[in-house]
Amino acid sequence: MAVTAARTVVEVGYGGNERLMMNMGPQHPSAHGVFRAILTLEGETVVAVDAVIGYLHRCHEKLAETLTYVQYPSIASKTDYVAAMTAELAYVSSVEKVGAIEVPKRAQWLRVIVAELQRIASHCLWLGTWCMDMGGALGGGATIFLYCLREREAILDLFESLTGARLLYGFHQIGGVRYDIPAGWAAHARQTVAHIERRLDEYEALLEGNAFFEARTRGVGVISRDLALEVGIAGPLLRGSGVGFDVRRAEPYSSYENFPFTVPTETAGDCHARYRVRMVEFRQSIAIVRQALDGLPEGAISSRPGVKSVGQVRVAKGEGYARVEGARGEVGCYLVSDGGPKPYRLKWRGASFSNLAVLPHIIPGHKVADVVAIMGSVDPVFGEVDR
Amino acid sequence: MTVATSAVTAFILLNAVILMVTYVTLLERKFAARMQSRIGPFYVGPRGLLQPIADALKLMMKEDVVPTAADRGVYNLAPIVFLVPCLLIFATIPFAPGLGLADLNIGVLFFLAVSSLEIVGLFMGGWGSNNKYALLSAMRAVNQIISYDLPLIFAALVPVVLAGSLQMSAIVAAQQGLWFVAYPIIGQLAFLAFLVATLAAENRVPFDILEAESELVAGFRVEYSGMKFALIQLGEYAHMIGSSFLGALLFLGGWLGPGPEWLGPLWFMLKAVLIFLLVTWVRWSFVRIRVDQILAVSWKLLLPATLLILLGTAFWVAARGSGGGV
Repeated sequence: MAVTAARTVVEVGYGGNERLMMNMGPQHPSAHGVFRAILTLEGETVVAVDAVIGYLHRCHEKLAETLTYVQYPSIASKTDYVAAMTAELAYVSSVEKVGAIEVPKRAQWLRVIVAELQRIASHCLWLGTWCMDMGGALGGGATIFLYCLREREAILDLFESLTGARLLYGFHQIGGVRYDIPAGWAAHARQTVAHIERRLDEYEALLEGNAFFEARTRGVGVISRDLALEVGIAGPLLRGSGVGFDVRRAEPYSSYENFPFTVPTETAGDCHARYRVRMVEFRQSIAIVRQALDGLPEGAISSRPGVKSVGQVRVAKGEGYARVEGARGEVGCYLVSDGGPKPYRLKWRGASFSNLAVLPHIIPGHKVADVVAIMGSVDPVFGEVDR
Repeated sequence: MTVATSAVTAFILLNAVILMVTYVTLLERKFAARMQSRIGPFYVGPRGLLQPIADALKLMMKEDVVPTAADRGVYNLAPIVFLVPCLLIFATIPFAPGLGLADLNIGVLFFLAVSSLEIVGLFMGGWGSNNKYALLSAMRAVNQIISYDLPLIFAALVPVVLAGSLQMSAIVAAQQGLWFVAYPIIGQLAFLAFLVATLAAENRVPFDILEAESELVAGFRVEYSGMKFALIQLGEYAHMIGSSFLGALLFLGGWLGPGPEWLGPLWFMLKAVLIFLLVTWVRWSFVRIRVDQILAVSWKLLLPATLLILLGTAFWVAARGSGGGV
């Protein structure tokens, strides 16, 4: 009964007496991973939800204590495997902060480029899977899903020619990045983002003003500003609820202060608002990629070139927290170093984990079909939730 | 017709329908693939043409799993109860003058009445599976079919009133001059309402809340496998084709078309496929709407609208002084 003890059930008032307990997950077509929602239904209406996580726990934080600073960035990417670049960035940023390690300008620019491309790729996957949650694998949702994956592939191609990998990159290293862009990559990247920009117009034409899409998203899963701040959600969810907080703007890292961009906010707080925020973010990311490619400085890509041994990097005794704006919100690492080649302790702050905490507050009162729409709009990645 | 000839005709018709259903799935998959910038089935047979056969064989050879908690009798009977009405509707469809099993004088009524019977099989499947997803789906099924059968009937009654007969061949004959879909305003509105109601009656996106695989996994058929699953699938597609044929008969002039008379069945088939593709097009473009929204669309919009169209048609026919001989 450990699960029962840990559960936080938020209920709405109900008048009937016929209830049905239904397990949604951990194996479910739209669970976005291994998430289990124990729904209490009254007819079609959800009166209570019990969110169970932990099915994908892989001891990431303990693993960080056993791997050296040189080794771990590749593993860090496995926390949020849909936006691996920003997860790596969060880890190396925390090490660089604690160890006061310089990062050359060119490396910072490259980090910005890959982080923004990653955001586009991650949002592509989000839009596709979210529409599939609402439209079904045998319906219009699958159409958008396939379109979005097509666009995501283009970005994965870019990453592949940059790092050799398509999902988990190992691109970042302490003090810089591991690879410089190959010849012709910048032009290819420009082409790709221009292409995606055109496709975004198509998606908006397909979805916005579409009565079915509007009916499924407007007024569904409303997160009020107060609730958003109280639960501590981040990223597009927070901005969809009217809080214009973005780590890139609030606490610039990796020279983000040099890139002008807008932080979109919507006040409605519903699924549609979150959709709008992410659609603007798509375009803002494209704009940032272009700026970064235009102004890419010359110079070294790492302050610590060449890996001689895995224990090469040692970080002075100390502790610190570094955070970055991932595709799903604030991703951060709290690092405690005892001066050795491995962290003494590492704590991940996963955006999906905090965002998921809002589900029990907003799901009750909605229909079963809305549960998947709301879950999709939260965009959780379970590697990051359970770590 | 003697009993023997009827039996032979029925046998041929049944097999033709089943063959058509298998190939319509291929058509839909290819169509959807093109919409989604894919190729679709390609490897089985020349350009994937044998894919439906392979699918059917695969389903036949699959293990038949019956959940231990299922109500075995109801569970096993459900696919058959579901399939029979779906195939029975073809009995009254004439494919050309005199070419068909039974051109009943109450053909349209028979079609609509029998096609609504599939809900019994649906509910049995959902109930007998003893699965919560299936149960929810069965509940939705009853809701939806009740809500959408009325608009469907009212929309289908518009051509009946215009033609003054419930007999399919008489309805086609009445469209000799002008197809009913081309009648100003009432024709188009009734056709539109018919299409929407058929979409719902066929459980297709955006009204596929019964299946709703993103929330209810596969709805009422979540526990079915192998041949039973194939039978349900067959029934669904047969219903879909049957409805397309009905639409072509009622609104698009059935077998009427340019060219010699023997081209009639071809025209008929073409029109039915056109309606089928229209429905498929809608299916692969929209997201699903919620159960409460589906009911709202039916009771608040479709039902009053179809009633008004029917009333308008009746007044028009009465004023013109023709038809109305039911």
